[in-house]
Amino acid sequence: MERRAERIEITISSRFENIELVQVIAEHLCEHAGLDDDASHWVGMAVREGVANAIKHGNQLDARKKVNATFALKHDRLEVEISDQGIGFDPGTVSDPLNPVNLMKTSGRGIFYMRTFMDSVDFVFVPGGGTRLIMIKTLNGKPKES
Amino acid sequence: MKISSRNVNGVEIIKLEGKITIGSGDSQLREGITNAVKEGKNKILLDMRGVTTIDSSGIGELVGAYTTVTNRGGKLKLIGLPPKVSDLLQVTQLITVFEVYEDEKEAIASF
Repeated sequence: MERRAERIEITISSRFENIELVQVIAEHLCEHAGLDDDASHWVGMAVREGVANAIKHGNQLDARKKVNATFALKHDRLEVEISDQGIGFDPGTVSDPLNPVNLMKTSGRGIFYMRTFMDSVDFVFVPGGGTRLIMIKTLNGKPKES
Repeated sequence: MKISSRNVNGVEIIKLEGKITIGSGDSQLREGITNAVKEGKNKILLDMRGVTTIDSSGIGELVGAYTTVTNRGGKLKLIGLPPKVSDLLQVTQLITVFEVYEDEKEAIASF
């Protein structure tokens, strides 16, 4: 069965309690696309980390600023874009959490988890402010029949 | 997250139930550990069996808890890691840091 293209967009205010809403959409889309429970969970986890970063590091917990998440389900992949309205940050400055000197740090694992659970993770700085996170998960499974 | 504690043979067993995620449970865990240490508890067993979700922030709090307790000469160990929590500790190599048990009696005896 051909996978049906879907596009879902959600905009939330920068509050941690909104993260789960976006995560649930991601997991639901993955299940719909035929990913198994575990794979869907980990995509949801990557999305959770991306949204948390956008709220905390991007929008600096300013609830007036928005985080936008777009999910584009295509025949062979799920594309996720998460945008914030912050000043942008350089992911190159985030240290490697596997380096023994960083192992016991209490932060700095979010991007690592995103890269672990997704097939592609890129950050784009938007002129005029904001960071756009683009993540891709390749889909191999058959879509669920509805 | 719900947090409760009991003491068995000098080991403070802190039971965590629910989510340990950013803005929900992470600060409670930190507070629970800080209070236990303030009360002089230095053998701490974190009961993870009821943890339903954890994120990088929660993992960071586990690391912080470990450091807080060991810096004061104590020991912090884990019991009953749910598979997905275990996976997150595995991929970040933190599983090598924590002593993890399945059996409570065995965990208590290890202190």
